[in-house]
Amino acid sequence: MNRYPVWKFVLMVLAVLIGATYTVPNLYGNAPAVQVSAAKLTSKVGPETATQVQQLLAAASIQADYVTFEGTSVHARFANPDIQIHARDVINAGLNAGADKDSPPYSVSLALVPRAPVWMGKWLHAKPMYLGLDLRGGVHFLLQVDLKAALDKKAEQLVTDVRSLLREKQLRTVVARDGNAATMTFHDAAVATQAFNVLTDAFPDVQWNQVAEGTDAKISGALKPAALVKVQEAAIKQNMTTLGNRVAGLGTSEPVIQQQGPDRIVVELPGIQDTAKAQELLGRTATLEFHMVDETAEGYAAADGSGPVPFGDDRYENSPDVGRRHGGATVVKKDVIASGDDLTDAQANIDQQNQGNVVILNLNAKGARNMREVSGQNVGKLLAIILFEKGKGQAISVATIQSELGERFNITGMPNAEQANDLALLLRSGALAAPMEIIEQTAIGPSLGADNIEKGLHSVAWGFVAILVFMCAYYLLFGMFSTLSLGVNLLLLVAVLSWIQTTLTLPGIAAIALTLGMAIDANVLVNERIREELRGGSAPQTAISAGYERAWATILDSNITTLIAGLSLLAFGSGPVRGFAIVHCLGILTSMFSAVFFSRGLVNLWYGRQKKLKSVLIGQVWKGGSKPGASEADAADTPGAAR
Amino acid sequence: MEFFRIRRDIPFMRHALVFNIISALTFLAAVFFLVTRGLNFSIEFTGGTAVEATYAQSANLERLRGVVGGLGYGDVQVQNYGTSHDVIIRVPTKAGVDQKKVPDRVFGALCAAESGTVSTADSARPICVNAAKAEPVVMKRSELVGPSVGDELMRNGLYAMISVVIGIMLYLAFRFEWKFSIAAIVANLHDVVIILGFFAFFQWEFGLSVLAGVLAVLGYSVNESVVIFDRIREAFRSFRKLSTMQVIDHAITSTISRTIITHFCTQMMVLSMLVFGGPTLHYFAMALTIGICFGIYSSVFVAAAIAMWLGVKREDLIRSGKPEFDPNDPNAGAVV
Repeated sequence: MNRYPVWKFVLMVLAVLIGATYTVPNLYGNAPAVQVSAAKLTSKVGPETATQVQQLLAAASIQADYVTFEGTSVHARFANPDIQIHARDVINAGLNAGADKDSPPYSVSLALVPRAPVWMGKWLHAKPMYLGLDLRGGVHFLLQVDLKAALDKKAEQLVTDVRSLLREKQLRTVVARDGNAATMTFHDAAVATQAFNVLTDAFPDVQWNQVAEGTDAKISGALKPAALVKVQEAAIKQNMTTLGNRVAGLGTSEPVIQQQGPDRIVVELPGIQDTAKAQELLGRTATLEFHMVDETAEGYAAADGSGPVPFGDDRYENSPDVGRRHGGATVVKKDVIASGDDLTDAQANIDQQNQGNVVILNLNAKGARNMREVSGQNVGKLLAIILFEKGKGQAISVATIQSELGERFNITGMPNAEQANDLALLLRSGALAAPMEIIEQTAIGPSLGADNIEKGLHSVAWGFVAILVFMCAYYLLFGMFSTLSLGVNLLLLVAVLSWIQTTLTLPGIAAIALTLGMAIDANVLVNERIREELRGGSAPQTAISAGYERAWATILDSNITTLIAGLSLLAFGSGPVRGFAIVHCLGILTSMFSAVFFSRGLVNLWYGRQKKLKSVLIGQVWKGGSKPGASEADAADTPGAAR
Repeated sequence: MEFFRIRRDIPFMRHALVFNIISALTFLAAVFFLVTRGLNFSIEFTGGTAVEATYAQSANLERLRGVVGGLGYGDVQVQNYGTSHDVIIRVPTKAGVDQKKVPDRVFGALCAAESGTVSTADSARPICVNAAKAEPVVMKRSELVGPSVGDELMRNGLYAMISVVIGIMLYLAFRFEWKFSIAAIVANLHDVVIILGFFAFFQWEFGLSVLAGVLAVLGYSVNESVVIFDRIREAFRSFRKLSTMQVIDHAITSTISRTIITHFCTQMMVLSMLVFGGPTLHYFAMALTIGICFGIYSSVFVAAAIAMWLGVKREDLIRSGKPEFDPNDPNAGAVV
């Protein structure tokens, strides 16, 4: 009756092994490392940077545990902080050789990475949990994105686009903006119908309506709901990309930029506590300016560095992509044709006519007016786009003006799709798709983080020890089984949390403690039930079996009610409450496994084989009522036990 | 070891009325304090700014109140946080004040009061340095919550509470019977209100973690009621001669040992958090402690008693095993 088939024991062993495997990475702690990330929008970090770092380290004969490229940065792990600092200096000197000291292309900083063996993460996906800011220190921002402004911008753009399209088709009307819709009135019904067809073809995302108003025909169009959602999603995404670019320059390890809810973005910067600096960084707009290139002999001389910069001109370094065709620098006229504020969108695309890669730019009405005027007079001349970062400009595009440019024009001749994408990204990073506002901000000092880890761990450890001592004293051997399975519960819970890579926070640790405190309930229920069965006169083997079976229904019921509370917290909670809820819910699930299946296995292993079991070590069983026959049944050989 | 040696069923239900009156009085007292004093919501709910700082020496709160009060942020709270060296300064949201600047300005004022200057040079964090090159005060944490976030949290907290209540009621109604479901939820909401009453009476800070604790306790103490209800159902089945009152007494008596031992174990864990968890977990553990203590009381004396007043019967729980008609009878269901 109290025997498990072999496969159940195998399952138990497997559970412990797997649990241990995924828990172990958390015990290793952190190792010193050097992180390399792009400090400027125009510098790129990729797998080739990792190779470069490797070569630099090899040249200086520094031993690194590994050098990897992941996400947007390169990490190199070292055995101790001395080597780490030496390596940082070597890498910094190598990568940023010859660069301007104030704005180097790469940010090389000290970081901490998990010390866990690399093969565990690589082959088993066993990595330590990510520690929340309250445990490691850093700043957290919650930014509210003003999506209404994004829609506003989009509506403005729609009106402009419609206006230029109708002008092109020579359909005369006045296009006005009404809320988020573009409206226009035609005196001639035939023209209206023609316009309606043109508009429907050109703007499939827009819902067009035509109504007759007396003799006039009125056409209005607003974005379809699906397109509205797309605009908002694109706005959030662009803002996140822009934030990512801005944060990258900070060189902080593992910055988190995540969307939360429909219109919010979370930014977490571990290891930073200076909120003022971080605020400035997030609010910074890399500005973009459109200038005409000075193509006079003096201009070119200044660009080569062989002459002084002419009066009324500025000299800017070229980005590597531009540099390949236009040399190291570009000299432009000081007059700004349009700026980043005027740029409403930039997208990489493929030109239908000559199959080349292009970047499509959209300007607002003000920018377009200037652009039309200047470009009309300068067809055949060079237009430069300058990106300003940390107060320093760089030419990211130099292109010949083919014809008069307006609201929407292309930069053609991009050598490949990747470069077109990069340029579009650079252009977009100059501006946010929608303004943002900081609505929540937390800064946690590193000492507080370490303190919190210690406090959380002590809470769990001492609570666990107290329960262990009490259970063993009260239920003797069964108490031992209970605490062993509670230990397995802890192991499995930590393993699951590491496996799904949750962020561990102090409330999360509290949830682990609380879940363990509640999980012991299942064991108490079982043990009490077994005692009760024994008291009622059952033979030990029968009592164990009946105890587990009868308690099961109750355990299930009580865990489900707890789970309902946990899931509600998960559904409606945010931030710390969510962390708490995730751990709580998972803990309930693992506790059902360990308290029922696992502890039963232990009991079966110990007692299951003993055919003539006379007594079990479950603490004193007081037979108060001393019911007749109880002592006989105690001694009797039950058929179930003999099987 | 065995603590509970109960010879006969304890007649809990004979005194049900007395206990219910006690419960009602406690409940009313809790409501009274909730209404008159209200909860001391943390800035997570109200919006505002909090700055936590550590002093090298014990902090002089009176002096600090003067210093921070001078910044003109209105009703600023200055309290010790954990130890006498740690202080927390809470600044409410005020129109016309740029909230983002508040943490730095408060820290600047604290630093100036210690005759130091704040420098951010060569460090990721602002450091207060005095003439002796020492750090008299260290900013440990700052937190800023916009008013809109607070409203939303409050609303979500309420939704979470409602969905817990509805979820548990539905489950119990499905698993047992509606009378039990009402009894359990009344008993446990009574616990929740009493926890809130404590927080209102002592004006303890009610933050997000406390809310999580309250909801966790709600799910947990429903367990108690479930265990007892399970026993009531079983007793109805096995002891056909007992009256409802006797069945309930028997159910409570036979589970009392488990109830107390389980709660004792959970409470040990919570106590460990109360002792070692520091100020962040203090009120969370406090809410759990009150919830656990009242959870025992309410599931024994309130939930079972309400189920009894609502008139649970044997028939409610044990559906007669006999089918209404014999499936093999070809004439079954036929009406002449």
